[in-house]
Amino acid sequence: MAYRKILFGMQLGLCVLVCVFLILPMGLSVIAGLTNNYFVGLDSGLTLRWVLEVWGGYHDTIFRSVWIALACVFVTLIIGVPAAYVLHRSPQRLARWLEELLVLPIAVPGLATALALIAMYGGWGNLRSSWLFILIGHVLFTLPFMVRSVLAVLGGIDLHTLEEGGASLGANFTQRFFHIVLPNCRQGILAGALMVLTLSMGEFNMTWLLHTPFTKTLPVGLADAYASLRLEVGSAYTLLFFLMIVPLLLLMQAIAQPRQKKFELVEDEVVILLSESAKS
Amino acid sequence: MSALVPQALSIRLQGCAKTFRDGTRALESLDLSISAGETLVLLGPSGCGKTTTLRLIAGLEQPDAGGKVFFDDTDVTTLGIEARKIGMVFQSYALFPNMTVAQNVGYGLRILKMPKTEQQVRIREMLAMMRIEALADRRIDQLSGGQRQRVALARALAVRPQALLLDEPLTALDARLRDALRVEINQLLRSLGITTIYVTHDQAEAMALGDRIIVMSHGRVEQIGTPREIYHQPGSAFVANFIGSMNQLRGVVTPQGFTCSAGCLNWDRSGVAERVLFRPEDVSIVTSSEFAELTGVVKASFFMGDHTRLLVDVGDEAPITVLDDARCPQAVGQKLYMRVAPLGLMSI
Repeated sequence: MAYRKILFGMQLGLCVLVCVFLILPMGLSVIAGLTNNYFVGLDSGLTLRWVLEVWGGYHDTIFRSVWIALACVFVTLIIGVPAAYVLHRSPQRLARWLEELLVLPIAVPGLATALALIAMYGGWGNLRSSWLFILIGHVLFTLPFMVRSVLAVLGGIDLHTLEEGGASLGANFTQRFFHIVLPNCRQGILAGALMVLTLSMGEFNMTWLLHTPFTKTLPVGLADAYASLRLEVGSAYTLLFFLMIVPLLLLMQAIAQPRQKKFELVEDEVVILLSESAKS
Repeated sequence: MSALVPQALSIRLQGCAKTFRDGTRALESLDLSISAGETLVLLGPSGCGKTTTLRLIAGLEQPDAGGKVFFDDTDVTTLGIEARKIGMVFQSYALFPNMTVAQNVGYGLRILKMPKTEQQVRIREMLAMMRIEALADRRIDQLSGGQRQRVALARALAVRPQALLLDEPLTALDARLRDALRVEINQLLRSLGITTIYVTHDQAEAMALGDRIIVMSHGRVEQIGTPREIYHQPGSAFVANFIGSMNQLRGVVTPQGFTCSAGCLNWDRSGVAERVLFRPEDVSIVTSSEFAELTGVVKASFFMGDHTRLLVDVGDEAPITVLDDARCPQAVGQKLYMRVAPLGLMSI
């Protein structure tokens, strides 16, 4: 018993240590964004000055990021869900290859993808200076998350038989797709959509190269702020980013809760994808 | 209840073979007529082509070129399952997890665009028929296996199909429930008078439900007949051994009868027979060698509850099975005198 208690204590200790290590910088950053003068410390007093300053100077980047992220979710839904459905139904080896190929944009460094995009499409009309150019990059990067997330759910249900059941009751393809296929991949679609939303919102690698002074996104603006302005301003910016992203992450967790069984699959996929993206 | 099925359908398969894309021959060319209102059971071990036959009738598979499927006199070969107006119950039930029980049962009606109020009436009627009214608002994952089975049947019957196709509907259930539901399905089918095709690998199910049974093996029909014909006059060695248990003795026909290593059986049929078959229940144990046709030694004894099953060595390849009293069976090692009812003897 004593042994187990010691073991538990050690585990708890390690856990707390890791959490502190990870959370402390974020906490400091938040405090920095709310402090009058970070180098003086909290004694200089708390203020919303920096937050308001960031809002004044950068709110367009925030709106742009949200807009691009929403557009990105929309596009990945339109492309990704049918793609996952077709990949799932297709027994050919080609389909497995395509599935692997889809992950390439995650495995290849974002900078390389961005350079390729600029080299190839940079000269197309006004595309280079349009927010659509960034959207294209984001869709490339986030699409595999949507496809994999839906595929994982599809792998857990016998969709083929469900569809046959629907067909035996007279439902045609369109009816089956909307009444049976989509509702039964809801979990995967939701998880994928939230993942795409957060990834797009935080994407920096590719966006750094793809953006123009008129198409700055939030993370790019953040880098700007840290590089050229006071630390407090950068930190206030980070604070705003947290305010946007944390609710999304909480929502993601909440969705993950009710049907644990199906979600384990999705989470496995996510872990694989994240580790792949960490490499790049 | 019979109002549920407006008009029973007759089904005819003509030269239907099925070869899968990978070259596997699932079904040899099959001709088959199912009369209106009949319950036909497709029986056989897995991989015998019974499910393929059902799927051809359902429209889930297309027969190889030349094969045709007729519903009454209409050629439906090119019609998909959506257009065939049949009800189907799948082995895994294929209930929609995103819908409640009532929504599942009403799905076919929703597709037919039936007015909402009529849908409600029909759904309630179907739930009442299957005695699952209390489950109407449950989600599918909150149901037991037997309840799912009832929902699947209610859903298939709600649209008042021309025919009902069932693919191993009881296989996923435990033995007791299977027996209970078998009786229930039998009563339901009789009262509906609907043309039914029932696929199973369970011979007891086939015997209990079928007006006719088709025994299949390796993509071929072994025998078509009523349960009694299949049991008492098996058309092939496969059928004889697949249905129930069967004893087999090798020997020759002599003027005295059929002579084998264990004795001589009363055999007055003309023609040559190298082996005779008989079922365990046609063997009776006699007390003295005077009346005995066969003599053997009890090798093993199994208590089955209502009877004892003896394995008796008669000097042939395999021991024969004999049924004995439940309370005071013969002891292992004991010498046994037996007679076989002449009507129970078969040769193939």
